[in-house]
Amino acid sequence: MTQSAGNNREPSVADVPIQLLDPSGRRLDHPDFHYDGTDADLAASLRDMVLARRIDAEATALQRKGELGLWPPLLGQEAAQIGSARAVRDPDLVVPSYREHGVAWCRGVDPVDLLTTFRGTGMTDWPSRPDTFYPYAFVIGSQTLHAVGMAMAQQRDGAVGNDDPDANGAVIVYFGDGATSQGDVNEAFGFAAATSAPVVFFCQNNQWAISEPAIVQSRVPLYRRAAGFGFPGVRVDGNDVLAVQAVTEWALDLARRGGGPVLVEAFTYRMGAHTTSDDPTKYRTSDEVAEWRAKDPIDRLRAYLTAAGAIDDAWEAALVAEADALAARLRDGCVSLPEPDLADFWDLVYANTPDLLVRQREEFLAYEASFEEAR
Amino acid sequence: MSMHETAIGTDPAASAIEVPAASATGVQRLTMAKALNAGLREALSGDDKVLLYGEDIGALGGVFRITEGLQATFGTDRVIDSPLAESGIVGTAVGLALRGYRPVVEIQFDGFVYPAFDQIVSQVSRLRFRTHGALGVPMVIRIPYGGGIGAIEHHSESPEAYFAHTPGLKVVTCSNPSDAYWMIQQAIADDDPVVFLEPKRRYQEKGEVDVSAPPLPLYASRTVKPGTDATLLSYGPMVRTCVQAAVAAADEGRNLEVIDLRSLSPLDDAAVFASVRRTGRAIVVHEAVGTLGIGAELAARIQAECFYELQAPVLRVTGYDLPYPPSRVEEGYLPDLDRVLDAVDRSLAY
Repeated sequence: MTQSAGNNREPSVADVPIQLLDPSGRRLDHPDFHYDGTDADLAASLRDMVLARRIDAEATALQRKGELGLWPPLLGQEAAQIGSARAVRDPDLVVPSYREHGVAWCRGVDPVDLLTTFRGTGMTDWPSRPDTFYPYAFVIGSQTLHAVGMAMAQQRDGAVGNDDPDANGAVIVYFGDGATSQGDVNEAFGFAAATSAPVVFFCQNNQWAISEPAIVQSRVPLYRRAAGFGFPGVRVDGNDVLAVQAVTEWALDLARRGGGPVLVEAFTYRMGAHTTSDDPTKYRTSDEVAEWRAKDPIDRLRAYLTAAGAIDDAWEAALVAEADALAARLRDGCVSLPEPDLADFWDLVYANTPDLLVRQREEFLAYEASFEEAR
Repeated sequence: MSMHETAIGTDPAASAIEVPAASATGVQRLTMAKALNAGLREALSGDDKVLLYGEDIGALGGVFRITEGLQATFGTDRVIDSPLAESGIVGTAVGLALRGYRPVVEIQFDGFVYPAFDQIVSQVSRLRFRTHGALGVPMVIRIPYGGGIGAIEHHSESPEAYFAHTPGLKVVTCSNPSDAYWMIQQAIADDDPVVFLEPKRRYQEKGEVDVSAPPLPLYASRTVKPGTDATLLSYGPMVRTCVQAAVAAADEGRNLEVIDLRSLSPLDDAAVFASVRRTGRAIVVHEAVGTLGIGAELAARIQAECFYELQAPVLRVTGYDLPYPPSRVEEGYLPDLDRVLDAVDRSLAY
């Protein structure tokens, strides 16, 4: 198995991301990793990637029109997200950061629900969220510790290392290159290693933490951080959905079988802004963006499937229609989200609401009502 | 030497602070440390989902021996020695709680809770709120706190105000072995996260513990000593000091009421208002610095609710607004019986 290299600063073979599909759409062999799915499976992956990109484009447009306060675009990271999410199966648990719209899509979250958080009509939970997918986390890296705790719970539940593979689960937690500098992420690595917790640390290295390039975060390639903690780290081409899925399936399987944590560094690129509040032209060159555009995750898969005869114009046309319908539903759904009522929030703080909050809510209601009476 | 100082062992406050036993059966005489240990043992026995988690809590039983013997009984899966990282401890406990466990985290000393501050105030406290009630994190964060033990830096802090200031957390503290035994079990049974502050200088003081029934709900205050002339409001390590002051004041013909708040968030302010309406005077006593502390909150609430009954401004006797000083001068820093009585004099002079 490909293990992380040593801690030296010389480039190593393992620094070259694992790739099974090159940017031109040609499939490649790898000594350790193989994509086991069919072309039909890959067409399903392409559909997910195209729809995730469309959700992202619509949400970005909704922010530009003033319908959302903020949106963190995933543009460019579709393969990293769809490939890893398609490796997940029940009873695995998924712990996202805040850009995982593609993962949320794969796990069954209604994208309209995602908008509540960014429109300000609700906090960070959604009616369509399955129990195995956790809410977005906004404090960078904080969720990695939660994921390790969940994996420790799986160990105590007897859901790891059973002979029956269907009885086993693991946790996959998402974070970015910037998060690897956080103490919480390093503590999560240490706790997971010490307990052999079944957790896959899935780092989308999209090269930029807002305006800071990955070199500001680390002197060594990020996947190599795992070596010091005593577990495997691998770097995969994050724009290659086949490689991402193959590597993530391996990592999850290892964790489920009781092999402990794995760090996967998905080497990708954030084609858009950090969020809609950001201006990437201030800190990176158009040449760099063009270089990564040539490695587009969707283009290469489409090229492969078209050449393989797995998809045709009719398939594409149907997907366009589906994406258009989804976009329309997203636009309508966004502006139709019910406005929240502040009075509803006092009951959400505690399981057992203390008298102070009960009184405060009553005072708030009386104050609001006083305006009605004055009319 | 303080004129009011009382020799340890003949302390008349000792009997006053004890909770009267409801029945002779099931009454044990325990230190607070042993009472906490017994309470944790009950919680572990009563619910398989309860886990103890912290630094050195296994074979050693914690630096204060509060968890002594528990790993031997309940095993390493339930009494867990953690790596030395407080954010990691609380953050992974969040994950355990989200998956149905009830972790009881031990922070080794008050001054070491700050590395976990984000996990406590941004994660533990608000997961229920940010998920519209879908996810709760039932968790107890035990923190030995306060001074008076001659410790080095960072081992004598009183961080309660930070946590009481945070919506979503509950903050409680015990002042005697009976409360220690019951309150820790009640906190573990609560579906909300509870910061559980243990006055470390009282760990070795003994008292009667009736293990047959809890004397009070977790978030209720207790009137430790009824009185008519002024109300002393305190909690944790200072309750005994206040009772000592009340005993000394009685010699001068002053009848002080002493209330042990027990819960700092939520505050049992209804009981406070009822007392202050009767006595007309309130003095809040705590070790933590005064600025923006529990005393400030109580003073604001009392003046808003009891304005016409007040005979004097609400006074505070607190730690000074300094970082906790070296142990050779901590006696002067901490509120003691004389500073409390001085405040009583000032209150009664209005």
